[in-house]
Amino acid sequence: MSGKTVVRVAGGQGFWGDWLEAPRRQVEGGPVDYLMLDYLAEVTMSILQKQKERDPNMGYARDFVGAMESVLDAVVNKGVKVIANAGGVNPEACAAAVQAMAAKHGAAGKLKIGVITGDNLLPRIDELLANGHELRNMDTGEPLSLVRDRVIAANAYIGSTPIVEALSKGANVVIIGRSTDTALTMAPLRYEFGWAANDWDKLAAGIIAGHIIECGAQCSGGNCLHDWRNIPNLADIGYPIVECSPDGTFVVTKHDNTGGRVSVPTVTEQLVYEMGDPHSYITPDVVADFTSIQLADGGTDRVKVHGIKGSAATDKLKVSIAYRSGYKAVGSLVYSWPDALEKAQMADRILRERLDRLGLTFEQVLSEFVGASATHGPLAGVGAGKDAPEIQYRIGVRDADKAKVERFTREIVPLVLNGPPSVTGFAAGRPKTEEIVAYWPALVDKTVVTTHVEVLS
Amino acid sequence: MKVRLLDIAHARSGDKGDTANVGLIALKPEWYDVLVTYVTEAAAVTHFTGVITGGVQRYELPNLRALNFLLHGALDGGGTLSLKTDAQGKVFSTAMLRMVIDVPDAEAQALALPAYTAAV
Repeated sequence: MSGKTVVRVAGGQGFWGDWLEAPRRQVEGGPVDYLMLDYLAEVTMSILQKQKERDPNMGYARDFVGAMESVLDAVVNKGVKVIANAGGVNPEACAAAVQAMAAKHGAAGKLKIGVITGDNLLPRIDELLANGHELRNMDTGEPLSLVRDRVIAANAYIGSTPIVEALSKGANVVIIGRSTDTALTMAPLRYEFGWAANDWDKLAAGIIAGHIIECGAQCSGGNCLHDWRNIPNLADIGYPIVECSPDGTFVVTKHDNTGGRVSVPTVTEQLVYEMGDPHSYITPDVVADFTSIQLADGGTDRVKVHGIKGSAATDKLKVSIAYRSGYKAVGSLVYSWPDALEKAQMADRILRERLDRLGLTFEQVLSEFVGASATHGPLAGVGAGKDAPEIQYRIGVRDADKAKVERFTREIVPLVLNGPPSVTGFAAGRPKTEEIVAYWPALVDKTVVTTHVEVLS
Repeated sequence: MKVRLLDIAHARSGDKGDTANVGLIALKPEWYDVLVTYVTEAAAVTHFTGVITGGVQRYELPNLRALNFLLHGALDGGGTLSLKTDAQGKVFSTAMLRMVIDVPDAEAQALALPAYTAAV
């Protein structure tokens, strides 16, 4: 226990691809104790696994090395600690790259990097299946054996415990692979305040603090529908910070002199994002109850959060499995006024007729008319897009047979000269055929996953 | 009186597999009960006819003056399988806010709900 009465955790990345400026702005804009960087979406691990197969030194979120470089001074000289799930399927290589970067700046000895492994279950799948762990799909109930030969990544979602261990061993940078996004925020609170592993309400509070900041600026005015026109200065948006107290209450805020907004509506929008059953938000550490959360206005860009309840964790871990699942391609053309929608619809009929004549059928064909009905479908109303200045015709196919998908990609651009008139927007040429890596969520007994913590210095 | 959700609520949506979730949040605390009473699972099923292929579940969060809807079969398989522009269900939020509900005049007036007049 550190004896601190307030611990500030700053969210600096909401996904791999988020704003490169954000981490540095978070450590330079005012006091923070921890910088939390979330890099992993559900399918990211499979991309990283493919990269590692091509090059054994790859397989982690490379943006993280640049992010570390941008905050190196704060870590070395101001004591800011960094926690990131940038390790992907190769946390050791990620740590080595960060060390090399630090050495270049003469700071090699100043970083103590905690590396957490054990989440990668890919080498153990057959052993698990043989021992009766069916790894059934949580959505469909199907056993993994159906797609076993196509699996390319399998990672258990790790909770806060190994991160706490790394911090206890003196790490000032913690690199983990597939942790839960929320554990990255909860772990430093548990470490600093000495919360017990069964102090469910406080652990739940830490998880909810994590949920609020895990998508970066999406809780501080970004992608916020409420009063969106009047949210100030999004160009200079402040990423979120949680100021947490030992009793599990916290304030969501952002640095002074930044854009965006932290208010009850902006935080509420983030709380309901990707929510399932709000009574039981299941994590490896605790089951949090979102119906217990109380929000209160705490002044300009400050929202107080209290009242959070949690209950005992389950004996399972979620496993994220990625498997090859065929191919897809999506292409588009743009038709202009007058009668843009009618022209696009005619193009769709022609293209489908040509696919029929080629004897090409697909597992899925989807046509959309962007500007009329692509996102809201029939809800947009019968007249939607009727007099639009232009309509984008977008068509995609999906199939196990790559050759069929490739053939489809050749059928779109010819419409420019041999289909309906006033067509443009084809500069990109033929669409690319992409391999689909699909997501298979499963559960596994906690007892079969052992994490390992090593602190490098 | 006709009331459009866009005028009394805000929303955010996201995905879990082939399910889209929509969190629907009352713009004023006193309007939350209107959402509870009139934006039922059945109303959502009707609203999303032709848009989703599965059922709807609704959860209440009175503490946040919010309802959470799970719209199953919303994303053409979801995630990387989906061919949709909105493969991750990001704008089911605004699709939900298109819903127009019918609130008895006395109740609507007592709560100062804004009336919706459909554009002709």
